Amino acid sequence: MTEQADSKYILLRHREIPGIDQLEVYQRVGGFSAFRKAVTTMQPADVTEVVKASGLRGRGGAGFPTGMKWAFIDNKNWPHYVVANADESEPGTFKDREIMEGNPFQFLEGVAIAAYAIQAHVAYVYLRGEFWQLAGVLDQKIAQLEAAGFLGDRLFGTDYSLRIYTHLGAGAYICGEETAMLESLEGKLGQPRLRPPFPPSFGLYGKPTVVNNVETLTNVPLIIEKGAAWYRTFGTEKSPGMKIFSLSGCVNKPGNYELPLGTTFRELIFTHGGGLPAGRKVKAIMPAGASSSLIVATEQALDTPMDYESVPSVGAQLGSASVIIIDDSVSIDWLLNKTLHFFKHESCGKCTPCREGTYWMMHLAERICSGEAEQSDVELLKNVASQIKGKCLCALGEFSIEAVLSGIERFPEDFLRRHHAASDVMSPVAAAPELANE
Amino acid sequence: MSTDHVESHQVNTLQAEYAVEIQAILAKYPDDQRRSAVMPLLYLAQRKQGFVTRQAMVEIAEILGITPTEVAGIVGFYSLYYDEPAGKYRIQVCNDLPCALRGADQFLEKLCENLGIKVGETTADGLVTVEAVMCLAGCDRAPLFQVQTGAGLEYHENQTVESALKLIQTWRDGEAQVGTTEQGVPDAGQSAQQGEVKA
Repeated sequence: MTEQADSKYILLRHREIPGIDQLEVYQRVGGFSAFRKAVTTMQPADVTEVVKASGLRGRGGAGFPTGMKWAFIDNKNWPHYVVANADESEPGTFKDREIMEGNPFQFLEGVAIAAYAIQAHVAYVYLRGEFWQLAGVLDQKIAQLEAAGFLGDRLFGTDYSLRIYTHLGAGAYICGEETAMLESLEGKLGQPRLRPPFPPSFGLYGKPTVVNNVETLTNVPLIIEKGAAWYRTFGTEKSPGMKIFSLSGCVNKPGNYELPLGTTFRELIFTHGGGLPAGRKVKAIMPAGASSSLIVATEQALDTPMDYESVPSVGAQLGSASVIIIDDSVSIDWLLNKTLHFFKHESCGKCTPCREGTYWMMHLAERICSGEAEQSDVELLKNVASQIKGKCLCALGEFSIEAVLSGIERFPEDFLRRHHAASDVMSPVAAAPELANE
Repeated sequence: MSTDHVESHQVNTLQAEYAVEIQAILAKYPDDQRRSAVMPLLYLAQRKQGFVTRQAMVEIAEILGITPTEVAGIVGFYSLYYDEPAGKYRIQVCNDLPCALRGADQFLEKLCENLGIKVGETTADGLVTVEAVMCLAGCDRAPLFQVQTGAGLEYHENQTVESALKLIQTWRDGEAQVGTTEQGVPDAGQSAQQGEVKA
């Protein structure tokens, strides 16, 4: 592992190690030694203990402690399953795709270690349908692992066997919600289940199942190899580790940035993201994609550390850390019209408040944007949003109102301006300048 | 490509045509959970013509032991399955918030203008349908679109109207070379597409 001595990356390692997507290169830098170590020298529960001690938290958005999730698995009900959530669909999120394209074996090794920890013999990787090409590549990688003896029957001379299969979704944001994903994998409509029971007791085919995000799982091999204490040298006490921040919107250098949890918004935007085009100012930040509340970009907000504990202090959540930058050319009513079109389209239709609420919110936002609205329409939009809150099975409905309520409250001047001067207040022009490909 | 193909397709059943693929798909799931195979089987059924015929839905239902209505429900729920034909190439442009902040709306509008169609419509030659879709997980490389054909999906990122039109021209040139046989969308389409979209 000498190549990692002064490494900047523990996830996006392909940026430093060319060819790490090839099995021989991945093995040369220690690949699959963690899985071998786990299977041949550790009890499953010990693997879970190390992950628990590392403080790793789910990177899909909820930030739930990963080791704890594994420990919840019901050992009275068999078989067990692992499902890797590769349905990455939140507007502003594009990190799992880069991991799977650039460093696929580390991700697959993470899947394998998770499977061993809960003694699953089958794991599925649920990819969004748009990742069709990527699924084909992963299938090839899995076949190579079987040929090399890292997947299949009686691994490393033990009794442990494991198969990994890919499964393609077909264009439904809701399938990123873990119980909707399980329904979809069972061949049904991707609609969320009533919880509890949670997947560790009642998951795929009603069996105990761990569902983890791609980025979460990709952390696991190095945690097993180097230990929990090493992992905790990155990030903060309560949010240890590195995180991939997907930076998009009105910045000069959008892209994925792997940084320690606790890095400030300012550092991400200005040091790494190259700041904003000349003459533009940060107006608002959405740290959790379209599901995010709008943070007012004050100096204090810019200096806020991006970790699970600190972001709420400026009125939002870190979520999957898909940081969308909104500059001062953007009117928030236009922004809401965009996010509400998304949520209206993606509502699965199961819960009435979400299905009907997103529909009505979208139409109200359209009316406000077109300059035909009255103040009462803004009040009505707020009213509809408030009635969705707390009344849906999953978070989609809840998330659809975050930008609405925070937007109206924090940027009231952006509503109804069009009523008086529609032509002056436009949606952003082709905002960011043409950028060189990286 | 005309709708006549609906009839010409009837000759081959999925099971006759894709026996090996179907077995490989079913092997991924537990024996008592065949229903899980519905999504991959629908992709298979869509491969030739870019949409799922009613007959294919019935056949998938038979393979899995569920009702055709349940299969049709899946087709309706998920946005990447289609039950009616469109252009051979579906250009699906993301114009969600992060992409719109990088000019995706203007890109979509100008692309359609150049093709003489509205969003959701198909060009007169039946080759290209342009659609607006939700986030494609490529927000840092907008404007971007994916091209969906029966054979699969491909991403095209950091696009301009000019680069998109150039891509479409390569498809048109390819079609001209293949000729206008009645079959229209031969098996060769799959490999031809792989080569063409590199532009």
